[in-house]
Amino acid sequence: MSAVAAPARTRLTHLQRLEAESIHIFRETVAETENPVMLYSIGKDSSVLLHLALKAFAPGRLPFPLMHIDTTWKFQEMIAFRDRRVQELGLELIVHTNQDGLAKGIGPVSHGSEVHTDVMKTQALRQALDKYKFDAAFGGARRDEEASRAKERIVSLRNAQHRWDPKRQRAEPWHLYNFKKRRGENFRVFPLSNWTELDIWLYIEQEKIPIVPLYFAAERPVVERDGQLIMVDDERLPLEPGESPQLRQVRFRTLGCYPLTGAVESPATTLPEIIGETLAARTSERQGRVIDKDGAGAMERKKQEGYF
Amino acid sequence: MTIHQSPEAFGYEAFLHTHQNKEVLRFITCGSVDDGKSTLIGRLLHDTKQIFDDQVTALQRDSRKHGTQGGEVDLALLVDGLQAEREQGITIDVAYRFFSTERRSFIVADTPGHEQYTRNMATGASTADVAVILVDARHGLTRQTRRHALLVSLLGIHRVVLAINKMDLVGWSQDKFEAILSGFQAFAAPLNFSEVRAIPLSAKNGDNVVLPGTAATWYEGGPLLRYLEEVPVKSEERAAAFRLPVQWVNRPNSDFRGFSGLIASGSVAPGDAVTVAPSGKTSTVARIFTADGDLERASEGQSVTLVLADEIDASRGAVIATSDAPLTLTDSLDVRLFWAAETELAPGASLWAKVGTQTVNAVVKAVHRRIDPETGQAGPAGTLAVNDIGDVTLTLDRQIAVDAYVENRDTGSLILIDRETTDTAALGLVQKVVASAKASAPAPAAPDAAPQEAARSGGLLAGIKRLFGG
Repeated sequence: MSAVAAPARTRLTHLQRLEAESIHIFRETVAETENPVMLYSIGKDSSVLLHLALKAFAPGRLPFPLMHIDTTWKFQEMIAFRDRRVQELGLELIVHTNQDGLAKGIGPVSHGSEVHTDVMKTQALRQALDKYKFDAAFGGARRDEEASRAKERIVSLRNAQHRWDPKRQRAEPWHLYNFKKRRGENFRVFPLSNWTELDIWLYIEQEKIPIVPLYFAAERPVVERDGQLIMVDDERLPLEPGESPQLRQVRFRTLGCYPLTGAVESPATTLPEIIGETLAARTSERQGRVIDKDGAGAMERKKQEGYF
Repeated sequence: MTIHQSPEAFGYEAFLHTHQNKEVLRFITCGSVDDGKSTLIGRLLHDTKQIFDDQVTALQRDSRKHGTQGGEVDLALLVDGLQAEREQGITIDVAYRFFSTERRSFIVADTPGHEQYTRNMATGASTADVAVILVDARHGLTRQTRRHALLVSLLGIHRVVLAINKMDLVGWSQDKFEAILSGFQAFAAPLNFSEVRAIPLSAKNGDNVVLPGTAATWYEGGPLLRYLEEVPVKSEERAAAFRLPVQWVNRPNSDFRGFSGLIASGSVAPGDAVTVAPSGKTSTVARIFTADGDLERASEGQSVTLVLADEIDASRGAVIATSDAPLTLTDSLDVRLFWAAETELAPGASLWAKVGTQTVNAVVKAVHRRIDPETGQAGPAGTLAVNDIGDVTLTLDRQIAVDAYVENRDTGSLILIDRETTDTAALGLVQKVVASAKASAPAPAAPDAAPQEAARSGGLLAGIKRLFGG
């Protein structure tokens, strides 16, 4: 019926297909929701997410703001990078901090990772989504990161309390996403769902996407805590008696709140070296995250409670 | 061997080049609860070195707690992600897995065999190039095997691997293997598979999954991974007409107006004559804009922004097609449905239908028949219940542009959305497309397209004359 003589087809690479799929997801979401926002966590995945969003709407401007949930415990270099990128690209950025939590002095050192993450990240995100009435929030989560995320949809429905119900997930066949919702419900949208950590690095290299320098190895002051190398990023990290930070050649595979983010010893100062290490790596990237170890099923529970 | 080597072995440049230029294959795995599907995927991940030390440590801990392998490391736990699944030892939802070799990246849709299997398997199959159907060598073909084969066939998958697992438990018997294969071939004869590749394997021991097995001396084929690395991806095998469902009109200023979308099929180049459905307006492609610069040609799978030579009106929901193969316009759709909602579907039901980038109101005019999920035979039906596959006619509140599913997976598919729960109630495949009367009466198709078409083909006689240079 509609078979036509096809000209030689360009064979698309895996990265080209991933890029096209992500761009499609951005455009669908913007076309079908009222008030979307991009959650910008400053990490490498956020850098890729932003790059794809800019491509999706070029030559137009980004049709939504960025929002950073600032726990006030991020690495200083992350904040500097964030502000520089926002200025260079002329983006609209919302920074939200849970003021209640801040007033109560909630922090990772004093309260532990579980309470800190709940109050300063999960609750903060819910506050901000309610405050600005966003009905869709883009996030950089990937399915390869953690077992419960492998079952997450690209367009994920959350109830009015922002909870995720793994039993009420919608089928996502072909490229068809259902954006209908009931009053108060909202969506988390994950354009990087089908990317792996290796894909992210290969794409960053291919596209020359700027990332926070903390991903590259350098001499940094660290202390060893429970087998993790924690960088002493400011004076808020209490040192044990007799403990003093040591300069070690380290880099970070993921970035978060600095007392909760373990560094790895590495000589990798270039992207190809990082990619080489990623392939040869014997530990998964989330190992450097203290919050994933809060017990079996920890991430699944946090997701249900509204953590990204 | 195609397992990742250390980059130092052959230099960073070559290494980056290899990985940045490889292709992707999407496949779906189907099997019943005990066929060892999760173990097979765990084995693929493990033997292609996608599993890290901390995951192995966690696996050893979990195997003692939840494992079904008597304290041995249970690879299935690598993929059974949700707490409820681990406790019950089952898979309850579609999960996506990723692994890669130096030749290809793989995206695996891992679908459960039982609960909501119709919906989940149809979802997994909808974007897959190949299906891997697992069979337990001890039990042979089961009702589930037949259901899974029928389902992937309905969803348009043409290449199937029959992975005959647990061969170690039947002494790698060639007779068993051959019997299962011939039984499957007999059943699958009417299912339009272009290839059925049977592989004897043991996911638990790893034979013939990533590495060749030595136990089946009679087996001359390669392991599963080699097949997955070499099989053509679906889009390479398809020569379809150009289709671009418009997602978004990009209009940053008065100098630029582009139609953004993901090319569903075919390819396009500047200068091509295009017809926009449903308006029927025609124009030519002036530019193929991307953020990385204009393209000389764009094809299936690329997200682009088309700039047309004329200022024609088109918005989200329109479909741009080359003028020599326009879409059919209709407000009445014959659809094969995979019904997924708990409520029954009966004639008169009103739902939203999302077809490509357009969402319309749809009323079920009639439920015609139900498909037996094991035999594929159609029987009369007045309603559809959860997990049923059936044929219905939908009446839409406006004309939309569609293709038949067999012609085009993306412009011939839809979802139905429940107005009350807003859940996705069904997946649908557009069957034969017939232009509705309204569509042909005012001839909305481009007035200049028809004569062009006639001139181009010029009838049979003209064609023969051209052929013989006369």
